[in-house]
Amino acid sequence: MSRPELVAPPEIYYGDTEAKKYTNNSRIQQIQADMTYRALELLNLPEGEPAFLLDIGCGSGLSGEILDEEGYLWVGVDVAPSMLEVALEREVEGDLFLQDIGQGFGFRPGSFDGAISISVLQWLLNAETSHPTSSPPHRLTRFFTTLHAALKNPSRAVLQFYPTSDDQIQLITSIAQKAGFGGGIVVDYPNSKKARKVFLCLFVGGGGGQQQLPKGLEGEENEEAEGRALFEKRRERLRAKEKSGKRKSLKDKDWILKKKELYRKRGKEGVPLDSKYTGRKRKAVF
Amino acid sequence: MVRLITHNLLACHAKGCTSNNFPLQFQDAAIELRDAEFNADFLRGFLPRIEWTALVGAARQLGDTSLPAEQPEMLDDEFLQKLHHVLLEVHVEEGAMVCPNCKHVYPISNGIPNMLLAEHEIG
Repeated sequence: MSRPELVAPPEIYYGDTEAKKYTNNSRIQQIQADMTYRALELLNLPEGEPAFLLDIGCGSGLSGEILDEEGYLWVGVDVAPSMLEVALEREVEGDLFLQDIGQGFGFRPGSFDGAISISVLQWLLNAETSHPTSSPPHRLTRFFTTLHAALKNPSRAVLQFYPTSDDQIQLITSIAQKAGFGGGIVVDYPNSKKARKVFLCLFVGGGGGQQQLPKGLEGEENEEAEGRALFEKRRERLRAKEKSGKRKSLKDKDWILKKKELYRKRGKEGVPLDSKYTGRKRKAVF
Repeated sequence: MVRLITHNLLACHAKGCTSNNFPLQFQDAAIELRDAEFNADFLRGFLPRIEWTALVGAARQLGDTSLPAEQPEMLDDEFLQKLHHVLLEVHVEEGAMVCPNCKHVYPISNGIPNMLLAEHEIG
């Protein structure tokens, strides 16, 4: 499957049907939830203080629901009206905005205690028109500078995204640094194809090296077993059974006799006679 | 679902609109009251970030006059309750927000404000 961001701009790709599909898919829900928890962990908010967060590309509120559960107040922005509609139906607690993050935010300086963004940044890497304000570097610059302004000092922003190449990571981190952010890329499960996740972990302020870039999760995706789809185990067991040769042949002797009987009843010509050789298993002779 | 807490953070972000672009003025606002969980710690922590005059102005525009014009020194429970109500329980469902400087109109429909800019307004 090709990447959705290459198919159409987000507000068109996530139309009514796609928005519903996306939100009701239990696998997507699970992945989004896992990444949201991990992003919150990376945000490293002070415990016991209810924070005011920005959810960039909140979509239908899958991540927002988790922010609600964790007791945070939040504001969500998204560019796809259909996704926001689904979020309204799901009655999330946060305030929702229809906003193109590539156009920048209008929030006052120091408004938020932190920002998270799950699977969004890659959407900024494609130019939709030839207008100069539509080029990816311009949109990223606008996004990061206004985001930097909207966050309080010190705070963090954690943005999970799916880069296609190292060049994209390079472009994004360099623009973020120019906007005044510290920090960098955190990669979870770098050696796994499926579980590999890239987080852009950005710091505002906190001079003197107080803010240290967290380490990505290592190891052989032992999380995999939890994260996979329902019934996958059962499917695997069936497949193993088939392979081991215990599967019952469909076209056994009874089946052949029944078919022949049927043909004779219908008056079909040239139906072979039944004999002791009918449906006999041949020896493997070479 | 524009609550006054977010309205208080929101300035116009159109190109070249950098001064006098806060607070956005409500127009034909239809409000809805919804209960929210009271959290005194959050309010105390958030209070320094609030532009008080803008908040009182916005609340008056929406017909809520419970807040005093000057920010009180004492944060007693009664005051925090009032603040909680104004900040988190008043939702603007329909209407528009207008920038006092460039007169850009951000329409609100179904509780979601449309913050999209046209191509020539992008900074």
